[in-house]
Amino acid sequence: PCAGPVESKNEAAMSELVPEPRQKPVVPMKPMGINANLLGYIGIDTIIEQMRKKTMKTGFDFNIMVVGQSGLGKSTLVNTLFKSQVSRKSSGWNREEKIPKTVEIKAIGHVIEEGGVKMKLTVIDTPGFGDQINNENCWEPIEKYINEQYEKFLKEEVNIARKKRIPDTRVHCCLYFISPTGHSLRPLDLEFMKHLSKVVNIIPVIAKADTMTLEEKIEFKQRVRKELEVNGIEFYPQKEFDEDLEDKTENDKIRQESMPFAVVGSDKEYQVNGKRVLGRKTPWGIIEVENLTHCEFALLRDFVIRTHLQDLKEVTHNIHYETYRAKRLNDNGGLPPMTAETEENHESNL
Amino acid sequence: QQPAQFTNPETPGYVGFANLPNQVHRKSVKKGFEFTLMVVGESGLGKSTLINSLFLTDLYPERIIPGAAEKIERTVQIEASTVEIEERGVKLRLTVVDTPGYGDAINCRDCFKTIISYIDEQFERYLHDESGLNRRHIIDNRVHCCFYFISPFGHGLKPLDVEFMKAIHNKVNIVPVIAKADTLSLRERERLKKRILDEIEEHGIKIYHLPDAESDEDEDFKEQTRLLKASIPFCVVGSNQLIEAKGKKVRGRLYPWGVVEVENPEHNDFLKLRTMLITHMQDLQEVTQDLHYENFRSERLKRGGR
Repeated sequence: PCAGPVESKNEAAMSELVPEPRQKPVVPMKPMGINANLLGYIGIDTIIEQMRKKTMKTGFDFNIMVVGQSGLGKSTLVNTLFKSQVSRKSSGWNREEKIPKTVEIKAIGHVIEEGGVKMKLTVIDTPGFGDQINNENCWEPIEKYINEQYEKFLKEEVNIARKKRIPDTRVHCCLYFISPTGHSLRPLDLEFMKHLSKVVNIIPVIAKADTMTLEEKIEFKQRVRKELEVNGIEFYPQKEFDEDLEDKTENDKIRQESMPFAVVGSDKEYQVNGKRVLGRKTPWGIIEVENLTHCEFALLRDFVIRTHLQDLKEVTHNIHYETYRAKRLNDNGGLPPMTAETEENHESNL
Repeated sequence: QQPAQFTNPETPGYVGFANLPNQVHRKSVKKGFEFTLMVVGESGLGKSTLINSLFLTDLYPERIIPGAAEKIERTVQIEASTVEIEERGVKLRLTVVDTPGYGDAINCRDCFKTIISYIDEQFERYLHDESGLNRRHIIDNRVHCCFYFISPFGHGLKPLDVEFMKAIHNKVNIVPVIAKADTLSLRERERLKKRILDEIEEHGIKIYHLPDAESDEDEDFKEQTRLLKASIPFCVVGSNQLIEAKGKKVRGRLYPWGVVEVENPEHNDFLKLRTMLITHMQDLQEVTQDLHYENFRSERLKRGGR
């Protein structure tokens, strides 16, 4: 078990983030001793424990996509997020490599383990996005990729003999990197997010935030939030999917104050006050990545990984995927053909 | 303004996704669970009493027990009652499907048709919902487990028992239960259990098998699983009454020769049955989903249309 920050929420159901050894609830084989109401204890709450054990054993998939112009620190940020070299940094396009004519989609998978929980992490990079002279429709390959993953899942789901655990390659989260110009969003940013927020969870992130002072940061964030609102762009966590009051309160705060997260990434460590921290060294000081007074990286990390990881997956599955599926059902031709099935039986099964 | 939580130095390399099970936990607690349990057995074997004892509820408050004459023409009914049970913040929506009339008629030949239709109907409905447009709130009414009550008065399985179990063992998880165990001595129970297990094997009946404890479980849990597996079929006693025994009030049956305590493991397997049900509730659901339902679905899709 590793040490970790103490959770600020005071909820009985959500205990500390420290993965401490859980007290094992055991359904008593011998009768319980004294019960105030004589009704006894059945043990229903142990079902939850069974589920958590299951989750830990089976591990889970998580697919995160990063989108943004070259040089905004996407790979570094992802590596910082997962504290491993899960994304290969490109050191810019050298003379031999050509800037890809269209956006490329590169998916790299890793298995990382922590506290007994295995995660199969896939990082989907999109080199070439926004790098051309003419960037019209450069989001199309990305949208196509996302829909292709939905299609893959759907095909497996409608199969007659389908797998018990359908491999999940759907994009659960898309980090969109905004350039820290300090002015406003660029037209490309708006176009991308307008199109893609309908098919995937978008989390806008202000990259290389160490180029802005505190005041500039606050102003820029406000302006970006306003622009997103004015353009009707619903980034994650989307208002309409708040499940209850508790979620709404929590998410409102994130939507209206914290997002977009202004982040700095780094994979280099420096000595600060006797501790080794991840940071960037400049003549005027060391920018500590995980220091909340310096940048909001820790907020992003906690948000994506420690609190909303499961929700990101659920919204992808229950909302985005279902929307795709419903569209497919209504399209001409209907769902993909099932194996060992003829065309005419198609409709009646659906 | 900075939240105090970040003042703790972190172990370098800690990302935090080990917290995922907690997130899943939180969502599960919010959602609660659904479970459907079917009870099948002849009248008078104590099914209703047992269900009430298991869940400490009174699912059958006002019962009018029909007389023999009324039972002659009775066909099997399906009665489903749902109760919501909450314990330590966790909600369980339990549906008990009762099958009064089973085994009552003089000629029981058509006894199980109604029951099989019911099980298939739930699969059909789920398949339909699953293939539909709006899947956000699919209700799962599929039968996750069937307690089959065997009479303690015979010498083992009756022909009806065998036929019925063979007819549903590919559609639902069967847990055989020997009812009214207080009519048997301990030795008689052992004999009957062995007899029934032999007959089950002889006839190729597939009952629900408890999965073995995983190697990383602690010894207590492994031992508990071993004990449970060794006790099948469970010999149970149920009761709706609280009797004074040894200075405490216990659920039990008062006889002139003593008190049979429902929750005393030396008197009967009631606690084992309850433990098995609760600790395997999720597995029962999974086997229903991954095995029985998928079988139904692939058969159905292969056949095509109606």
